[in-house]
Amino acid sequence: MNHLLSIEELDRTEIERIVAQAARFAEVSDRDIKKVPALRGRMVLNLFYEASTRTRSSFELAAKRLSADVVNFAASGSSVEKGESLKDTVLTLSAHKPDAIVLRTPWAGAAELVSRWCTAAIVNAGDGKHEHPTQALLDVYTLLKRLPGGIDGASIWIVGDVAHSRVARSNIIAFQRMGARVTVAGPPTLIPRGIEALGCEVRYTLDELAKADVVYALRMQHERMNESFLPSLREYAAWYQINGRRLGPRQVLMHPGPVNRGVELSGEVVDSPQAVITAQVEAGVVVRMAVLYELLAGAREHQPDPTRPGRSAPGHPGRPDRQGQPDRPENVKQLA
Amino acid sequence: MDSPNEKVVLQAEDVRRALVRVAHEIVERNPAPPAPVLIGIHRRGAFLARRLREQLEELLDAEVLLGDLDIGFYRDDLQRRPDAPIVHASHIDFDITGRTVVIVDDVLFTGRTVRAAIEALFDYGRPARVQLAVLADRGHRELPIRPDYVGKNLPTARDEHVHVRVEELDGTDEVAIAPAAVETPA
Repeated sequence: MNHLLSIEELDRTEIERIVAQAARFAEVSDRDIKKVPALRGRMVLNLFYEASTRTRSSFELAAKRLSADVVNFAASGSSVEKGESLKDTVLTLSAHKPDAIVLRTPWAGAAELVSRWCTAAIVNAGDGKHEHPTQALLDVYTLLKRLPGGIDGASIWIVGDVAHSRVARSNIIAFQRMGARVTVAGPPTLIPRGIEALGCEVRYTLDELAKADVVYALRMQHERMNESFLPSLREYAAWYQINGRRLGPRQVLMHPGPVNRGVELSGEVVDSPQAVITAQVEAGVVVRMAVLYELLAGAREHQPDPTRPGRSAPGHPGRPDRQGQPDRPENVKQLA
Repeated sequence: MDSPNEKVVLQAEDVRRALVRVAHEIVERNPAPPAPVLIGIHRRGAFLARRLREQLEELLDAEVLLGDLDIGFYRDDLQRRPDAPIVHASHIDFDITGRTVVIVDDVLFTGRTVRAAIEALFDYGRPARVQLAVLADRGHRELPIRPDYVGKNLPTARDEHVHVRVEELDGTDEVAIAPAAVETPA
C-alpha cells in the first residue's frame, strides 16, 4: 500500500489486515511509556482545509505514539487565504520532505490528485462528499470488537443525511466488503439518487428499523446545506431521530461524531450502553497508527516520480506481495 | 519446511534437558526471592519461556510471572526492510520495575533482537537486572551482547540457517541446522 485514498481500493483481506494490526497496537496505549520508536525520524504533515478536531488530533496522537514528527497545517490563517492553490500549497509543503500527508479537503478527489504531485504517502482524511476511509476502518474495528458474531451477515442501517456524508459512502463499501447487509434510510431529499448502485437497500422511513443489528446515525450537516433539504430540524427529528422508542435494547448504536443532541440522536440514546461512540473515538487512534505504520514502516524506495503525470504501477514493483512474505504468516483476524 | 540437507542437532529430549539445565542455572544465579520474571520474545521464545516457567515454579515452589514481547517496533532495520513487519501484541501485565527480568529467546545470533528487546523492556518500567537465556547460541554477534544462560552452543557458518521448532507451533521440539543455499522459511 502506497497511499490510503479510499475504501473502494481495499479488499476484504486488506481491511482485515489493517484492523488486526490495529488490535495489536491497542496494547501500546496501556503502557507506562505510550510510545514506540517504529516511525522515528519520519514526518507526518496534517494538511486540513476543513475544521476538524477529532480526526486531526487522532492522527496527530497516532503519529506521535509511533515516534513520528507531526506538523499541523490548517488552511485558515495561512497562505491559502491569500489565494494559494491546493497544488502550490502541496508543492511548497513538500519542500519540507514529509513522509506522509494527511489531507482533509472539501473537494472530492483531492487526495487522489495530491498523490500525483508529491512523493509522500497520502492519507485521505475526508475529501468532500467522496470518502473518509480511516473512519470506515475504525468503524469496522469497533464493530468487530462489539459484535460477538462478527460483521458477516449482520444487518446495518445507516440513517440520516446520506447525501452530504462521505462517512456513509466509505462505510457502505467497507461494511459490505466485510459481509454485512447495508440499508440506508432518511428523507428522500437526503438520500442521493442511485445510491443503490453501491449495493445497499434504501428506505425512506424507519418502520423496519427493528431488523437492524447496528444503527449507524449520521450527523446532520447544517454547514453543507446551502439549499433547504428539510422543512426544519424539528420535523427531521420527529421522523428520523434515533431515540429510546426507536432503538431496541440489543441494537448497537454508532455515530461518527460530533453528535447534534436532539437532532439525529436523542440525549438518552447517546448516553445508553448500546452507544459505542466513545469506543469509536478510541479506535480512531489505533486504526490510524496501523495505517501510518503500514504506509511508513519499511523502505519507501519505489515512489512515483512526481514529475511524471501517471501514478506508480498498481503492482507496486519493489514491494513484495505481503501474502508471500514468509516472515509472519498468521496475519489476519485475531481481534483481542 | 524440512529440507533434505538439514541436520538435526537437538532432539526433543535434548531440548527438554537443555531447558531443565537452564532453569537450574537461573535458580542458582537468583536464589533470593522474589523470583525472577520471564519475558519470552515472540514467537518461539514465548513458548520456551512458558516451559521454563513450569520448571522454575517447581524448583522455587513459588509463582513465576511470565510475559511476552514483540520487538517489531524496535527493530533497527525497520526503515530498510522492503515492507513493514507484522507486529504482534506484547503481554506484560505486571510491573517489572525493580525485578530481575530474564529475557528468553530461541536463537542468539547477531544480538540485534536482544538489543531491541532491552529497549522495548524499558518502556514498561525499570528492571533491577536483565539477564538473557537462549536455547541456542550460534555466534556471529554484531553487538556487545552476551547470554547468561545457554541451552546449547552451536558453531555455525554465518550463512547457515538455524531452525528452532517447538511443539506448539511446529508439532515437534528440535533444533536443526540447514546449509546456506536452501530457500528457508524464516
